[in-house]
Amino acid sequence: MNQSDMVRSEHEPLVETIDVKTHFKTARGIARAVDGVSIQIRRGQSLGVVGESGSGKTVLSRSIMGLLPRNGVIREGSVRYQGQEIGNRSDKEMQSIWGREMAMIFQDPMTSLNPVMKVGKQISESLRKNLGMSSSEALAVAEKLLHDVRIPEPARRLNQYPHELSGGMRQRVMIAIAMACGPNMLFADEPTTALDVTVQAQILELLSEQKRDRNMSLLLVTHNLGVVAGYTDEIAVMYGGKVVEKAPTKTLFANTKMPYTEALLSSIPRLDQPSHSRLSTIPGRPPDIVHPPKGCRFAPRCAYVRDLCLNEEPELQQADSPDHTYRCFYPVGSPEYLERRVELTRKGELVASEGSN
Amino acid sequence: MAGTGKAHLRDDKNVLLRVEDLVVEFPIGRTGLKVNAVSGISFDVLKGETLGIVGESGCGKSTTGRAIMQLPSPTSGSIKFDGTELTSLSGEAMREARTKIQMIFQDPISSLNPRRNVRDIVLEPLTIWNRGTKAEQLAAVDKILEHVGIDPQRAAESKPHQFSGGQCQRISIARSLVLNPQMIICDEPVSALDVSVQAQVVNLLEDLKKEFELTLVFIAHDLAVVKNISDRIAVMYLGKICEVSSSDDLYRNPAHPYTEVLLSSIPVPDPTVAVKKISVDGEPPSPVSPPAGCRFNPRCPNASDRCRSEEPTLREIEPGHFVACHHPLTGGEAPVSVRSN
Repeated sequence: MNQSDMVRSEHEPLVETIDVKTHFKTARGIARAVDGVSIQIRRGQSLGVVGESGSGKTVLSRSIMGLLPRNGVIREGSVRYQGQEIGNRSDKEMQSIWGREMAMIFQDPMTSLNPVMKVGKQISESLRKNLGMSSSEALAVAEKLLHDVRIPEPARRLNQYPHELSGGMRQRVMIAIAMACGPNMLFADEPTTALDVTVQAQILELLSEQKRDRNMSLLLVTHNLGVVAGYTDEIAVMYGGKVVEKAPTKTLFANTKMPYTEALLSSIPRLDQPSHSRLSTIPGRPPDIVHPPKGCRFAPRCAYVRDLCLNEEPELQQADSPDHTYRCFYPVGSPEYLERRVELTRKGELVASEGSN
Repeated sequence: MAGTGKAHLRDDKNVLLRVEDLVVEFPIGRTGLKVNAVSGISFDVLKGETLGIVGESGCGKSTTGRAIMQLPSPTSGSIKFDGTELTSLSGEAMREARTKIQMIFQDPISSLNPRRNVRDIVLEPLTIWNRGTKAEQLAAVDKILEHVGIDPQRAAESKPHQFSGGQCQRISIARSLVLNPQMIICDEPVSALDVSVQAQVVNLLEDLKKEFELTLVFIAHDLAVVKNISDRIAVMYLGKICEVSSSDDLYRNPAHPYTEVLLSSIPVPDPTVAVKKISVDGEPPSPVSPPAGCRFNPRCPNASDRCRSEEPTLREIEPGHFVACHHPLTGGEAPVSVRSN
C-alpha cells in the first residue's frame, strides 16, 4: 500500500460490502440467504443488523468474515476490508485477517468454547499463534484480558474449564478471546440471546465500552430492536436476504419508513403498556428464500400491501435525511399508507393484527 | 423467622393452587453439600388467574414449576391443587393428577419427539388415557391443532423439524391442551423465539386461557413479557420470593431493589431514552452456600448490617403488594422484629 492509498483509506469505510450475494445449493433449489447487500462500516462505528430468523443476518456477517462452507455456496459481489478485496481470498489468506483484523463472538458461548481446554489456554492460543508470544507472555496477557472483561479473580479463572463458569462469564471469556489480538472489527452474532436480561445489559455495556476504548468497529446481529437501540450508531433491517431499511439509529426510530420495521418495533412488549394489552404481531412467516415472492418480499405479510407491491420489487429509495434508505413503494407516512391506516383502525385490525399462520 | 413469609397468601375459595413452604434441595454427590434451589417459598394462584414467576437463571423458578408437577417431588412443603395435596399422592394418583396440570417448555423443538409425526405427538396423551374412541380422539386433536393455528392435514404428514420454532411451540401448546387441563405451567415458553413470534405465542396463550378457562403459571426471565401476560407476579431471587404484586403495580412502584434492577435491565426500544444504569455488578452467588440474612444483600446498593444478619419477611406495603425487604424503595422501613434475647 503506497502513501496515497493510506491517506485515502482513513476516509474510506473499514468494511464495505457491495452487492454481496450468498446463495446455498440445497435439495429444494438455490436458497438466496443473502441477496444483494451493500453496507459500510466506518472505523469506531457500530452497525446493528436486525431481522427475524432466516432473514440472512447471520449469513451476512459470516460472508464478510469469510466463514462459509467450502461446498455448495455461490458467492457474488465484493467484500472490502480497508479498501482491499477480501471476498475472494482463500482460508489460508484469511488467516492473517481472522483474529488480528476481524473477530467474531457467537450466540451460545458453551458450544463455541472448547469444553476440554482451560480458559487460559483458549485465550492465549491466538496470541501465541498470531502474535508469536511465548506461552508465559500469552498467559499474562490473557489474565489482563479477563480483567478487562470484568471477570473476578482472573488469575484463578485461567485454570478453569468452561463448565465451571456461568453463562455470562463464558460470554465474557468469548469476548476476551475475540479481543485478544486487538481486532479492528468485531462481529457479535446474537451475543446476548442466551443470557438473562440483567447479564444481557452487562454484556452490551461491556461491548460498547471495549468498542470505545479500542476504537473498534462493531457489527451487532440481533432479532431484538430493543437491544440495538441503545448500543449502535446505525441500523440495517434485513428481510428475506435484503436490507429493507438502513438509517442512523435515532433516525430509524424517529422516522421509520418501512412498514416491516414498524411492525418489528411494535411487536416488542413494552413495560409502559398495561398488562394483558394485545401485542401486535406480524402475521405469517418469513419468506421462503428458495422461492421468494415476486414483488416486495414483505408484501404477503404487510398490512399496507397494494397490487404494485405484489408484482414489482421496490428499489432502494432515499428518505428525506441522508444515510436513510428503504425499500417500499408506500412507506410509513405516505398518503397510501395513511389511507390504509384509517381503514385498519376503523376495522379494529390495527391494534390486534392477528398472527394466523 | 425463617422462610419468606406467607402474608401474601389469600384466603379465597377460588384458590386453585396453594404452595406453602416449598423447599427443594439437591445433594451434591457424597460431599454432604446441597444446592438450595428453592428455600421455603409460598404462593397461591386463583382460578383463571395468571401468575408470573420471574428471576435470573438459578433463582429456582423452573425448579418451582417442576416441583408443582412433582418432577421431582420437593424436599419439603405442601402443594395443594384443587383441594388435593399433591406431595402425598401415590405414583399412580399423581400420574392422574398431572392430566389436570400440564407443562410447556422453553425449547419447543427438543421437547417434541423428532421421529414422530406431529399429529401423533398431540394424540399421544389421549391414547395413554384412553379418552373416547379413536375417531373421537383424532377429531379432538384436529380441533385443537386448528385452535393453535396449525393445519391438521400438514400435521398428519409432517415431523417437528418441518415446522418453525414458533409453530413447534404452538404444537407443544396443543399437546398440553388436548387433555383439557385446568392449569398450564409455562416454563420460559417464548425465550427461544424471535420477538415477532413471541408476540404471536403470547397472544395465543391469552386467547386459549379465556377459551379453555385456564389458569396459568408463566415462568420467564424477561419481565416485559411476564408483565404483559400476568395478573400477579412473584419475583424470585436465589430460591426466595422477594416481591409479590399485581403486574401493573410492580412496574409502577417496584419496592424491592432487585425488582428495580430487573426492570431497568430491559432494553428500551428507543434510542432517545438514555440507558438507565441501575444495573448490578456480578451474578447471583452460588445456591450451595447462600448468603446469610437477605439473599440479595451482597449485590444490593442499599444493604445494611441488618440485611446481612436478619432475613426479611414478606409484608404488605399497600393492598395486594408484598415485599421482603428491610429497606424497600416504597412503603417504608420494615418494623424491627421483636426478638427474644
